[in-house]
Amino acid sequence: MSATVAAGAARERPALVRAVRDAKAVTWRYLIHYIRVPQLLVFSTIQPVIFVLMFRYVFGGAIHPPGDIPYVEFLMPGIFTQTVVFGAIATAIGLATDVKSGLLERFRSLPMARSAVLAGRTMADLTRNVFVVLLMVAVGFAVGFRVHTGFWGLLAGLLLLLFFGYALSWIFATVGLYVGDPETAQAAAFPLIAPLVFASSLFVPVEQMPSWLQPWAEHQPVSVTASAVRDLMLGGTDTAYHVAQSLAWCIGILLVFVPLAVRRYRRAV
Amino acid sequence: MTGAIEVEGLTKRFGEVAALDGIDFEVRPRSVFGLLGPNGAGKTTAIRILATVLEPDAGSARVLGHDVVQEPDAVRRVIGMAGQFAAVDPNLTGRENLRLIGLLTQMETSEIMPRAAELLRRFRLDEAADRPLRTYSGGMRRRLDIAAALVPRPPVLFLDEPTTGLDLISRNELWDMIRELVDEGTTVLLTTQYLEEADKLAERIAVVDHGHVIADDRPSVLKAQLGSTVAELGFEEEDGATRAVSLLAATHDGAERDGATVRLTTNDGPRVLIDVLRELDRADLSPATLAVHEPSLDDVFLSLTGHRAESEETPAEPAVSGRRRRRGAA
Repeated sequence: MSATVAAGAARERPALVRAVRDAKAVTWRYLIHYIRVPQLLVFSTIQPVIFVLMFRYVFGGAIHPPGDIPYVEFLMPGIFTQTVVFGAIATAIGLATDVKSGLLERFRSLPMARSAVLAGRTMADLTRNVFVVLLMVAVGFAVGFRVHTGFWGLLAGLLLLLFFGYALSWIFATVGLYVGDPETAQAAAFPLIAPLVFASSLFVPVEQMPSWLQPWAEHQPVSVTASAVRDLMLGGTDTAYHVAQSLAWCIGILLVFVPLAVRRYRRAV
Repeated sequence: MTGAIEVEGLTKRFGEVAALDGIDFEVRPRSVFGLLGPNGAGKTTAIRILATVLEPDAGSARVLGHDVVQEPDAVRRVIGMAGQFAAVDPNLTGRENLRLIGLLTQMETSEIMPRAAELLRRFRLDEAADRPLRTYSGGMRRRLDIAAALVPRPPVLFLDEPTTGLDLISRNELWDMIRELVDEGTTVLLTTQYLEEADKLAERIAVVDHGHVIADDRPSVLKAQLGSTVAELGFEEEDGATRAVSLLAATHDGAERDGATVRLTTNDGPRVLIDVLRELDRADLSPATLAVHEPSLDDVFLSLTGHRAESEETPAEPAVSGRRRRRGAA
C-alpha cells in the first residue's frame, strides 16, 4: 500500500473473544447511563412500588385469590413479573434513541462484533432487572409477603423472572430498532404491553374474568410466568407444568425475536 | 492501484430517488479530497457507503484497496468517520466516549487511555474530559466527535460536513487540525456545502449534484473557470445599469445586467475594478452601491449546471429553462 501511515493500533482477535469483549464494552456503556441518569432507575422502581401499595391496601380487599393464601402473597409474584415486563420498554427506548442519534451508524462503521450492541443492551437490561427485582422482593417482605418454599424456591423463581425479562428485552429491542425514535418506541410499547399485563393473572385471579377472556389470560406468557413464579415461591401442585410453559414461551420468544432483531440491526440506519 | 479511495460507478437508490447515479472519483493518499454539493446531492450517501454502513446498488468502492462490500471488516479497520450530527453518547463523559470507541476498534487495551488523554488535550477538551457530554457546547461535541473518529489512528478519515454549525474560531481550528492530520499521513475525504472550505483544505474537489459528479478538478482550476471575483455595481435606475453594461461590454467579457445591478465576473478583481470605476467616472456614471464577493457554491452551480444549488427535498427543476445564466463563466 502506498499510503504509509502510522499503523492503527487495531488487533486481530478471535471472533468469540471479540464478541465477548465488545458486548462487555457496550453493556458497560448502558450501565453508566443508570449512574448518570438515576431517574431512569428511580422511576422504574417507584411505579411498581405504587402498584404494590395500591393493590395491597386499596383494591386487595376486593380480590379473592384462589386457595387460602393472603392476597399479598398472590400479588407479589405478579408485581415481580410486571416489573420485568415494564423494564423491557427501556430496551426499546434505549435502542431507538441510539438509532436516532446516529450512534448505531457510527458503531456499524467500527470493526466491532455485529452482535455486540444487541448483546450489550440486553445484558445491561438484565443487570438492571437483577437490581430492580431484588428491590421489589425487599418491598414485598416489608408489606407482608412470605416465601413458603425456602431459599431455593425464591432463587428459582427469581431466575425464571430474569430469564423471562431477558426474552422480552429481545421483543422490545426489535421494536426499538424498527421505530427508530424514542417517543414512538414508548408509544408503540404500551399497546403491546397492556393486554399482557392487565389481561393476565398478575393482580386478579383468572377465574374472576369473563369466560371469553380466560383462555388468553391463562395461557399468555406473562400470566404463565407469574403462575410459575407463584408456584416456585409459594408451593403448588402444577409447578412443573407452569415452569415448563413459561420456559417454552421464553425460548419461543428468543427463537423468533433474536433473528428478527439481529436482521434489523444489520439494516438499521 | 494508486488511490487511497477509489470509487467507480457508485449507485444507490432510495425508492424512486437516485441518491447516487453512478459517481466516480479517486482520492490520492495523504491528501484532502472535497465532495462539494448542496443538501441531498448524495455526498452523505457516498460517505455512508464508504464507511460500510450502507450497501451500494451498483458500482464499486475501495478504501486502501479493500472493497467496501466484499471486505467490510478490513475497511472498518482503516477508517474513522465523523458525522454531520455528532454521533456520541451524551450520558458518557468525553473520556468515556473515547474509551468506548477505543475498545470497539479493537485497540490494545493498555493504549486506549493514553490515546484518549492525548486527543482530549489536542482538542482542548481536557478540562471537560470527565463531564458528561450533555453539558458540552455544540462546538465541543463536534470536536469530541472528531476526536472519537481519530482514536484508533485511522489512515483514512471521512468528515461529513464537519464545520456545519460551528463558529468561525472553531471552524478555523478544525481546519488547522485537518491540515496537521494530512501532514501526518492521513487521507481525508471531506464533504461540504461551502466552496471556501473545500478551497482552503482540499487538493481536489468533486462537485456533486443530484447524484452525479459534475466537475472534478483542483480548486484553482474550478475557480479559474468561474472567475475568482464577482463585483456587483448597483445603480439608482435601470437606465444607468443599461448604459454601464454597454460601456463595459466593449472591454470586459464578464459583464451582465440584472435590473439596476451590473454584475462583473473576473479573474483579476482589484485591477479590473479600478479600470471599471475609471471608465464609469469618465462617462459620468456613478454606482450607488458596490459589493465584491468571492464565488460561492451557488456560483459554481450556476456556472456548471445553469441552475442554482438546490436540495433534493424540493422536486428537481427542469434544467436551465428561463433562469438567469452567468455569461462570463463555463
